[in-house]
Amino acid sequence: MIAQAAQMAAAPGGFVPPEVAWFALTPLIIVISAGVLGVLVEAFVPANRRRVVQVIMAMAALAAAFAVIVWQGVSWFGEGGSGGVVVLGGVLQLDGVALLFQGLVVLMAFFALAVVIDRTSTKQDAFSPSAASIPGSEYEELARRLGLVQTEVYPLLMFAISGMMIFPAAGDLLTMFIALEVLSLPLYVLSGMARRRRLLSQEASFKYFVLGAFASAVFLFGAALLYGYSGSVKISEITTMASTVVGGGAPDHWELLWLVGILMVISGLLFKVGAVPFQAWTPDVYQGAPTPITGFMAACTKIAAFGALLRLIYAGGFSGTPDMLEAVRIALWVVAIATMIVGTVVGATQTDMKRMLGYSSIAHAGFVLVGILSFNGAGIKAVIFYLLAYGMATVGAFAVITLVRETGPGGEVLGEATHLGQWAGLGKRSPWLAGCFSVFLLSFAGIPLTAGFIAKFSAFSAAVEGTEVLGNATVLAVIGVLASAVAVFFYIRVIVIMFFMSPAETVVESVVETVDVAVLEPVVVGVGQGVANAAHTSVVVATGAPAVVVVRSEGPSAVTITVMAVGILVLGIFPAPVLDLIARMTGIG
Amino acid sequence: MEFTNYLVLSAILFSIGAATVLLRRNAIIVFMGIELMLNAANLSFVTFARMHGDLTGQVIAFFVMVVAAAEVVVGLAIIVSIFRTRRSASVDDANLLKN
Repeated sequence: MIAQAAQMAAAPGGFVPPEVAWFALTPLIIVISAGVLGVLVEAFVPANRRRVVQVIMAMAALAAAFAVIVWQGVSWFGEGGSGGVVVLGGVLQLDGVALLFQGLVVLMAFFALAVVIDRTSTKQDAFSPSAASIPGSEYEELARRLGLVQTEVYPLLMFAISGMMIFPAAGDLLTMFIALEVLSLPLYVLSGMARRRRLLSQEASFKYFVLGAFASAVFLFGAALLYGYSGSVKISEITTMASTVVGGGAPDHWELLWLVGILMVISGLLFKVGAVPFQAWTPDVYQGAPTPITGFMAACTKIAAFGALLRLIYAGGFSGTPDMLEAVRIALWVVAIATMIVGTVVGATQTDMKRMLGYSSIAHAGFVLVGILSFNGAGIKAVIFYLLAYGMATVGAFAVITLVRETGPGGEVLGEATHLGQWAGLGKRSPWLAGCFSVFLLSFAGIPLTAGFIAKFSAFSAAVEGTEVLGNATVLAVIGVLASAVAVFFYIRVIVIMFFMSPAETVVESVVETVDVAVLEPVVVGVGQGVANAAHTSVVVATGAPAVVVVRSEGPSAVTITVMAVGILVLGIFPAPVLDLIARMTGIG
Repeated sequence: MEFTNYLVLSAILFSIGAATVLLRRNAIIVFMGIELMLNAANLSFVTFARMHGDLTGQVIAFFVMVVAAAEVVVGLAIIVSIFRTRRSASVDDANLLKN
C-alpha cells in the first residue's frame, strides 16, 4: 500500500501530497488537542479529579499557544523574517494582522479563563452542577448537594477559542464559515449553563442560537452568491477571478450577484460583532449568560469577528464596479452611525450592569467600524489597538461583576448583584475592586491616561485622515466623538453610584421612610446635576431588595482584574511599544 | 439545461426559510426554517459548481451538511431543555429578558 502510494506520488500527474506548514499550525493544534483531550478526560478521569486536570490542561494549552505565537512572530517578523506564511494553498493566511489577532484572542481568552476557573470564597463556580436538569427540580437539588461540577465547560471553551483563532486568519469563505460555526456552537451551549437565574440563561442561549444560526445561514448564502459570481471562494481571488468572468461576456447585471453576496456575508459578520441592525441578541445574551462566559465572549468573539471583517474588507472581495463599491461603503456608514447612536442612547437608560455593558459593547463595535471605514493603514492599526483596549477593559469589568453578589435572608451568597443601585457604596466597602472597575469604565469612556483614550483617538484620527481615492470619514469621526460624550455620562454615573452614594441598604430605608427619592439629593452634592438626577433615579431599589456582599476571589480573578487595570493604565501612558509592535507586524509604517 | 431555474428555486427556498425564522412561533418550526436556509445555500453552491465546471461548490455542500448536523444537535438540546422547563416550545413564551 505504502509503496504503491509512493509510486503514485512519483508518477507525473499522480498523487502529490500537500505541503503543510506544521509550524504555522502549531498554536491551533495545541488548542484543539486540549479540547479533544478534555473530552477524553471527561470519559476516563474520576469525577473528583476532573476539574483540576481540565483547568491545568486548558491554562497550559493557552499559555503554550501564546508562547508559540510569540515565537512565530519573532521568527517571521524579526530580522530577515519571511513576513508571514500561507497555509495549505491559502486556506489560512497567517500574515502579521492574522498573527496579531490570534495573539490577542489567546491572551484575552487566557485571562477570561482565569475568571471562569475562579470559584470565589463560596467554593462554587458560575455553572450549573448539571445543566441538563430542570431548574427547581429535585434532581437539580440533588446534583447541587452532591457537588457535581460541569467540567465540560473547559473543552467547549477550547473549541470556541480554536474557532476564534481560525476566524481572522481564514483565507477563503468556506474556512471562515466553518470557523464561525466552530466558535459559535460552543458559545450557544455555554450561555445556557448558568448556576443561578437558569431560566434567563436558557432563554439567552436559545435567542443566541436562533439568531446566530440565522446569521450563519445568511453568511453562507452570501458566500454561495460570491462563489457564483467569481468561481472561487478564496477571498483574494474573488477580485481577480471576477475581472476575467466579467470581461468574458458575463450576463447583464452580473455584478449584482457580487453586491448582494458581499452584503449578506458582511451582515453575517456584523451579527457577530453586534452592530445595528443585528444587535438585538447582544444585551439579552450578555445578561443571561454566566458572567465569566459573558466576559469571554464579549472580548474574544468581538476581536475574532472584527479580524474576519477586516480581512474581508481589506484583503480583497472589493471588486465591484465603482458604484457598487460606493453602495457597500454607504451601507457600512449607515451601520456604523446607527450602531454608535443606538449603543450609547439606549445604553444610557439601562439599570442592569450586564445589560449596560452589553449596550456599551454595541457602541464600541460602532467605534471600531469607524476605524475600519477609514480605509487606510492607520485605520487597521487603530482597530487592533482598539480591540486590545476594549478586550482588557471588558474581561476586567465582567470579572469584577462576578465578585459582587446578593445575599439571601439567611446570609447565604446568591447570584450577582447586577442592578446598578446595588453597587451604591461599593467604593467604601471595597475600594480596590471599585477602583479597578472605575479604571475599566474610564477606559470604556475614553478618558485620557487610559488605553481607551489612545484607542479612540487613533481610530477617529485615522477616519479624519481617510484616503485620497475614497475621501475622509470626518462625519463618522464627529458622530463618534458625540456618541462618546453621551457614553461618558453613563460610565461616570456608575462611578458616582459606587463612590458618592450610600450603600443600597440605607438607600432602601430612606426611600421606604419618605417615599421620595429627593432625599438622596444631598448625597451627590458637588456632582453635575444631570448625573445626579440620573443616578438617583436608577438607584431606587425595590423594598426588601437583597443585601449585597463582595465575595473574595480564590486568586485568578483578582490577578485578572489587577493585570487588566494596570495594563490599561500602562497602555494609556506608554502606548508606544505596543503601537510600534502593531506597526511592525502589520508592515504599516 | 437552464441553470437559472435552480438558482431561482434556491432563492425561493432561502426566502421561505428566512420568513419561517422571522414569523413562526414554534421553536421547532423556526429551527426547520434555518435548515431550509442552509440547504438553499447548498443548492446554489452545487448549481454554481456545475456552471463553472469546478468541484469546490460541491465539496462545500458536504461541509455545510456536517455543520448543519452539528447545529441540529446543539439547537435541539437547547430547545428540549427550554421545553422541559416551561412545557412550551413557543418563541413568544421565552420573554423574561426584556428592556
